Formats: sequence, structure tokens, C-alpha cells
Amino acid sequence: MAGYIVRRTLGMVVLLVLLTLAVFVLFSLMPADPARLTCGKACSPQIIENNRHRLELDIPPVEQYQRFVSGIFFGRTYLADTKRPLECEAPCLGYSFLRNQEVLDLITKAAPVTFWLAIGGFVTWMTVGLVFGIVAALKRGRWQDRTVMGIALVGYSLPSFFIGLVLYFFVILFLHLLPNPQWKAGMPFKDLGGFVQTMLLPWITIATLNAAFYMRLTRNQVLEVFGEDYVRTARAKGLKERTVVVKHALRAGLTPIVTAAGLDLAYLLGGAIITENIFNLPGLGSLAIGSVIASDLPLISGITLIAATLIIVANLVVDLLYAVVDPRVRVG
Amino acid sequence: MINVEEREGSAEPSPERPFLSIENLFVSFNTEDGVVRAIDGVSLSLERGRTLAVVGESGSGKSVTAQAIMGLVRSMGGHVSGEIWLDGQELNGLQPEEVQALRGSEMAMIFQDPMSSLHPFYRVGDQIVEAILAHRKIGKAAARKETLEMLKHVGIPAAERRIDAYPHQLSGGMRQRVMIGMALINSPQLLIADEPTTALDVTVQAQILELISTLKEEFGTTVILITHDLGIVADVADDVAVMYGGRLVEVGQTSTIYEAPEMPYTLGLLSSIPRMDRELPKRLDPIRGNPPSPINLPPGCVFQPRCNYSDRVANGACLSVRPELLPTAPGHLVRCHLPAEERQQISADVRRILAGAQR
Amino acid sequence: MTAAPHEILRVTDLRTYFPVRSRGLLPRVIGQVKAVDGVSLSLDSGETLGLVGESGSGKTTAARSILRLIKPTGGQIELEGVQIANLSQAALRPIRRKAQMIFQDPYNALNPRHTVGGIISAPFRIQGVEPPGGVKAAVQELMERVGLNPEHYNRYPNEFSGGQRQRIGVARAIALRPKLIVCDEPVSALDVSIQAQILNLLKDLQEEFGLAYLFVAHDLAVVRQISHRVAVMYLGHIVETATRPVMYSAPLHPYTHSLLSAVPVPDPRIQQTRERIMLQGDVPSPIDPPSGCVFRTRCFQAQERCAVEVPPLIEVVPEHKVACHFPITVDEVAARARAGKIEVPEAEEQMTGSVSGPHFVEPGPPHA
Repeated sequence: MAGYIVRRTLGMVVLLVLLTLAVFVLFSLMPADPARLTCGKACSPQIIENNRHRLELDIPPVEQYQRFVSGIFFGRTYLADTKRPLECEAPCLGYSFLRNQEVLDLITKAAPVTFWLAIGGFVTWMTVGLVFGIVAALKRGRWQDRTVMGIALVGYSLPSFFIGLVLYFFVILFLHLLPNPQWKAGMPFKDLGGFVQTMLLPWITIATLNAAFYMRLTRNQVLEVFGEDYVRTARAKGLKERTVVVKHALRAGLTPIVTAAGLDLAYLLGGAIITENIFNLPGLGSLAIGSVIASDLPLISGITLIAATLIIVANLVVDLLYAVVDPRVRVG
Repeated sequence: MINVEEREGSAEPSPERPFLSIENLFVSFNTEDGVVRAIDGVSLSLERGRTLAVVGESGSGKSVTAQAIMGLVRSMGGHVSGEIWLDGQELNGLQPEEVQALRGSEMAMIFQDPMSSLHPFYRVGDQIVEAILAHRKIGKAAARKETLEMLKHVGIPAAERRIDAYPHQLSGGMRQRVMIGMALINSPQLLIADEPTTALDVTVQAQILELISTLKEEFGTTVILITHDLGIVADVADDVAVMYGGRLVEVGQTSTIYEAPEMPYTLGLLSSIPRMDRELPKRLDPIRGNPPSPINLPPGCVFQPRCNYSDRVANGACLSVRPELLPTAPGHLVRCHLPAEERQQISADVRRILAGAQR
Repeated sequence: MTAAPHEILRVTDLRTYFPVRSRGLLPRVIGQVKAVDGVSLSLDSGETLGLVGESGSGKTTAARSILRLIKPTGGQIELEGVQIANLSQAALRPIRRKAQMIFQDPYNALNPRHTVGGIISAPFRIQGVEPPGGVKAAVQELMERVGLNPEHYNRYPNEFSGGQRQRIGVARAIALRPKLIVCDEPVSALDVSIQAQILNLLKDLQEEFGLAYLFVAHDLAVVRQISHRVAVMYLGHIVETATRPVMYSAPLHPYTHSLLSAVPVPDPRIQQTRERIMLQGDVPSPIDPPSGCVFRTRCFQAQERCAVEVPPLIEVVPEHKVACHFPITVDEVAARARAGKIEVPEAEEQMTGSVSGPHFVEPGPPHA
């Protein structure tokens, strides 16, 4: 098991190196010149040249990448040859000259927003998806099943920007049921009420599509497991129907669902671009989209690295979890 | 001895009632394609300590009969009517919880595929312990000790280690031994084995059949063996019930069914199978056509479309009149419109050809 | 129509090994499963060779390797004089029309989205063959030949019963008039009354077209019905091969004796009284086969020599080969059985797929 984790971690590092490299390569192939983009109206070749130097675009891409990597471990100094050098301590993910802040600081500030958005949405959609999916499976073919599947179909067909906008207009602008969402630093520990009011609609927006998906997935998984021979054996043993359903059918049926959900959560923790934008939440998704629009390479690289790490780690955790739950799967 | 009566109405429980008695059993399933009449009026009874083989092809209703006895049909969405008497108790009218209490204690079942029939997530020992604790109030340690004894009893080497193995760590034969141990752990009166060796290799099959026979003697269990393999039937059964299209078509002692079968379907089965104990025929003599669809059973005799002799019955009765399962000799019942003398003549002819099988 | 028998297939020292890999992102090969380990056989036109064995014997892998559906690790395969063991898939294509396959499961072997006509005519299309009179006429003739109603040309496989589907599979296999058909358990998924129909059909087609069958099956009675010669496999090796009458009445290998003895005979008087050799345990895992003779762990003849020395397949009498250090005749077995001297070794303490061991067959997690 330990050897397996070591090997997986090594593989993970390789993957991250390739991924950040890809970001650098794509960025250097970009037609727009970031040095020119950061230059205001009164632009002169001298300013562009200065910008280029500041952004370290005047050194070969390979060296740019080397500095990026070594910055993570040892920190780095920008503008070392000027009078005002910028010290970025390890772990340094880079410095955004556009925003005049360290990338790590930007990410640390945005991360809690995304974290709470993702967790809340996740809990909502898993609860709704599992409960209704199981109910639909247990009442297969009856009205409960049809209702749940009908709702799932509707939820499944609504894109999240549509749900988000509709909720925003009706609940906030039209009915005034909730105040305009406003994220404040220190939430949710300060101002819990404001936190819930701010996050409620984003949670629903994120949860709808996923809940619909998980309802269908859960129903199908559970129905499939009910047809398994070992569930018949459990009944033939004379176990209580509750034991048959919970211990024998659901445990086997829900395992792949819960593990798949882990991956979805990791994906979401990397930033929910659409939802964050609609509700004006300063999370990683907003940060990412802003960095891309502004061609802010250090920020793009930093966010990519964080999001990719999240997903790769989640993958590893999910595989390990799976091996714990299902004895047929052994890692090693 | 097996005896079957077509009864009218519900019968009073009587001390003479045989150990197992099925009366007018009907099972149907609603499917998208229509109503599947899986069992279409089965009545039979079985004396304590006997081994009954229920023989038939896929769709004959043999497995559903077993599941109906175990009370498993309702959870599969099926509709059951009729009476099932086990040891003086009627099962079909019981509450689900009451049948559940009997499952695994009074009656137990083993299945075709021992891999998929054991839960992949739980250790085999724990799965047996669970079966004990479902029916008896004993401690976990005592249940585990009993489980270990049972694993040794069903011939699992190094049982002390294997009790903590997961199903996928055992071979097919070992898994089926575990299933048998699990079925017998609460000393059931009735053991139903549904194609218990079909998924196993032939050398392992021999071991498992031997094990079932030995344990049956030891525990005094009554056994219903469901199979399509006439070799296995000859090996272990005392009585045979042949099913076709959801109905019993011939019932009798094993020796009768092999030596004096009368129903054309039984004869057809016996002449279809390639066998190693006879001269090699140049060609087999199969039953023509295909089994009937359980959604659309023929109105008269279910076997009529494939029967070589139905034109010998006057007025086309086979096409329109459903034949009854009637005694032709003590303990031997046949569902066929042909007169008994004619059936016996046909049977003698077929068996002579089979025995003399050369070219 | 049938020409004088001539050799269609010659397989020499066929070996098919599968690597056993460790799991993980960077899997390493940590062993080999010798699924087929040195199999030699030959087959004439108009002849059926039955290849019997239990699970793990390698019979199906051998059959698929011979058709190059699996790449063999080594050995020669000669199909009508052409070496095909090392041909590229492109070079194999024109040769494929000479050798076809019939599969076990008539439910999964046919594409449910294609009509019967489409399925049976596929070989014509793939090989670019235009039969005289057109494809449709040829397909309908084939359907008639295998006992299907030609009017059902446009129906889909799910409208047919298991036996009829297997007939579709047979029609597809014979469409290009192949020389060799490999039948992989062609009747084991069918009901007994249907089995006999298919066996008769295969026999008729063989007589009509002079087909050679490599008939892979576990059911010894079925193999006896259709085969001219029989080869018995155990853990990747052929342990005995003989003509059918000899194999069933005068086998010499202890495994063949045990196998024949384990098949229940559908006659209660014979079955309940005959002497039987009851092997213990299951076939050992092919990942870790026994040393020396692979059967020795379950063999009633096993002696020390069997653990160290692999018995070669030797022709003891013409057309009868046995791979055993201590072959035994039927009479000797019967005498020893009467004397109660057949002692089968106890089942081995082997656990498959041990917790720390290599992974070979277990399904992986969905996100592996």
C-alpha cells in the first residue's frame, strides 16, 4: 500500500510538470503580447520593453519555467537587477504584476469562497440525489419513481447559467426575497446569516444539474444491484428486508457513486466559473476567468497548478477509498 | 413416494399432509411485452427426506417454482397464487416477515453461480455468521465457532484461514461449498439447489453432488434439485418432476422416468442428449422447433407444436384442450392426451431405438 | 462434393502467454500466465478434432490463437500450407476467409442493431466477394441451409430464440465456404433439445462441404458425439490425444480417466452403482502451475518423479499420445478401484488472488 502511494505520488508530480509545461507552451504561442497588453494608452516601445523585462518575457521560455518551479520550492526575486526588487517567498506561485499581488495571496483569498460554494453545493446535491434516487429505485415504476425521474429530466436539461440567472432575477431582483449576494472576508465564521443568504442561490444553482445527474445514477445503480445474485442470497438467508437493502444492496450500489462524487467535488473546488460570475462571488472561478481575459500568465499558471493538484489528489484518494470498501480491488 | 392431486378449493390442514405440498400454484410477471405466465398451475408433493429433481429447459418455470417456495417471487415483482404447505404450514398466505423468518432456517437455497451469489464485499465467514444471527440469539463468538465447524464439514481445507477470505479469493468449487455451508447452517428441513453445479467444472461438479448427497443423509434434509442435466438427475434424485411451459408434464420415481417415460417431451429429452453409456448414434434425435414463449402459451397442450405424436389424438384435442396431469401407474403421472397404451408403445419403441443406437 | 481428405491445419508448439502486471500508474510485468504452453495438433478436411478441458485448461485461448484472434507468443500455425503465426493483420485478411469461428454465446456474438441479412452477408462485404446471383440470394440460400426461414432476412437477432441465433452464427461462418471452422463451446449455452439440433446441423454441413472443425468444449458427451479425434487439455498442455473410440474406451492418462468418470450418466441404474474417481479440489491457478507434470497435484498416480520431470507427449500406440510418466489402462483402474486403492491427493491449500499477490482477473475500480 505504501509503495503504491509513493508510486502514485511520483506519477502525480510527473503529471503536474507536464501540465504546467503545457500552460507555458500554450502561453508562449499566444498571438497577443502580454507586455503590450499591460501597457496603457501612452505606450512607448521603452515601456513595452520595461514591461517585458518585468514580466520576465525577455528570457527564454525554458528559463521562465525553471524560475517558476524553483520559486515554488525556494522562493524567487523579481526585478533583482532593479532598484526595487520584489521578494516572493517560498512557496511562490508567481507574482501578478497586473494585480500587483502575489499569486498565492490571490488564491488564498479566493479559495474560501469557492470552498464553501463547492461544499454546500456538494452536500445539497448528494443528499437530494441519493435520497430521491434510492426512493425512485425502491418504488420502481410507481408514481414516486416517475415523479423523481421527471424532475431529474427537467433538472438535467437546464444549463446552470440559465438556472442561476432565473434564480437571480426572480428571487433577488423581482421578489426581493434575498439581498444582493455580497461576499465578505471572514465568512462564514463572521456573519453566518449573511453567509447563508449569499450562498443559498449559488448552492441551488450548482446542485440542480448534479442532483439530477446523481438521482438517475443512484436509481440505476441501486436497481442494478437489486438484480444481483448476492442480494437474492441475502433474502434467501432470511435477513430482514432493511438489512438486505442497506447492508447488501446499497453498500455495493452506492460505492461507485460516492467515489465518482469525490471527483466531481474536486473538479468544483477548482472553481465554479459560471455560478461565481452570476452571483458575483470572488472565488477561484472568477479569478481564473479574469486571469485568462487579462493574459495574466503567473496567475493562470498558479490556478492551473492548484486545480490540477486538487483533481489528481482526489483521484488518488478515491482509488484508495475504493480499495478500502471493495476487497476485490487491492492496490499494491 | 411422490403423489400429486389436482385439488379443488383450499384443503384443510391434515396430519396426513406430506412434508411439502404445492397446490395449484400460479406465478405471473407483468412485463412490457405482456403477462409472463411463468408457472401455470403446478401441484405436487414431496415426502420428508426425499430428493426431488425438477427438470426442464430454460423458461420451463423450474427456477420460479423454487423461488415461489422460498417466498422470493414477490420481491422480484411477481404475482403468486395457490398454496404452498411446508411441514404443516401454509406459506403463500403468510405475512412477508413470517416467511422471512422461515427462509434460511426451515428452508434454504443454493444457487447456480457461487461467485455472484456471495457478496463480494464481505468475508465468507461473516456472511455465514450473519445467516446464523438472523435466526438465532447466540453470541458472535459462538456463531463464528459454529461457522468454522461448518466450513470444515463442507470440506474446505484450512478452514481457519478461509473463514476470513473474501469470495474472490476462493475457487469456484470452494465458493459453492461455502454456499452449501451457509444454507445448512441453521439445519433447514428443506434445501433447494438451483442448478448448483452448472457453473462448475465437471470434476468439481462430482465433488459438490457427492457433498450434497452426504450432507442430506446426515442432516435428514429434504432436497429439491433444479437442473437441466439428466445425468445429474440420475445421479442423485429419488423422484423426478419434468416441467415444460410452466406446467408439470410428467412426474414419477427416478427409475420410472428413465425406464418407462410416457410423455413425448420426456422421451424427446432422453433422445436429444448425447450420452457416453451407449453406442454412438450417427445422428441425435432432437425435439424439433423451439420452446414456447411464456407470454403466448399454446391453448391446448403446451408441447403440441413440437410433438411428433399429436396427430394420433382424435379431434385435434392437443390443439384446443388442455390435458390434465393424470396417474398412469401408482406414483407416475403424465400430462398427455394420448391413450396410455399408445404412450407406452411409443415409449417402448423410442427406448428400443435408443438402446440399440448403432447407426 | 467432398474431396479426398488432406491436411488443413497443423499447429506446432503453440505458446500463448499473458503478462501479469502489477497495478498502478506505472504497471510492471511481474509474471506470466502460460495459458497455452506448447500445444501441437493437426486437422484434416472433413475431420473434427474435439478439444476438451476444464476452466483454465487453455482450450479457448488455444482456439483463438490458432485463428490469430490472440497473438501467440510462439510456435507455428500452418493453414493449408501457409504459415500464419507471424503474419501481420493485413496479410492475414485474405486468409481469414479460409477459417471462421462459431462462438459460445449466441446472444452476445450477434450485433443487435444489424439485421440477420446484414450479419450473414458481412463476410461477403468484408472480403469483397460478390457471390453469383447476388448477396441477398446467397444469404437466403445460407439461411435455408441452416434451417432458418429465408423470409426473416430483415429481422433483428432479438426476434430469434437462442437456437435460431446459433444457426445465424453458423450461416455467417459458412458463408465464404471456409476450410476450417473453430467452434468455441457452440452448444453449451443452449437447451438440451436445441443442442442436438445444432450438433446435427454441424455434422450435416461437415459432410456437405468437407469442413474441418476444431471443436472446443467442456462437455465430454457432446464432444464424443461430433469428434473424430479428441485432445484433452489441462493447464495449457495437451495431456492426451487419441481417436474418439480409443479416447472414450481406452484412455491412458489419469486425468482423462478422472474426467470420464466424473461425467454423470443419464441412467440411474448405471450411475448409482458405477465406480468413480473423485478428484479433490479445483484446477490450480494457471498463474502458479505445479512443477513437473501440471496434473500431479490431483493425480492418483503421482509419484516423486512427476514433481521434477515434465512428461513429454509420447505416441504410445499409433494415433494415441499421452503425456504421463505412469499411464494406466481402464482395466488397471477398475482393478484398483475394486481393491479400493485409488487414492486421490487431498485438495491443495491454494488461495486464488491472494491479498498481496499479482492481479490478473479482478475488475478494477471505475476511476483506476
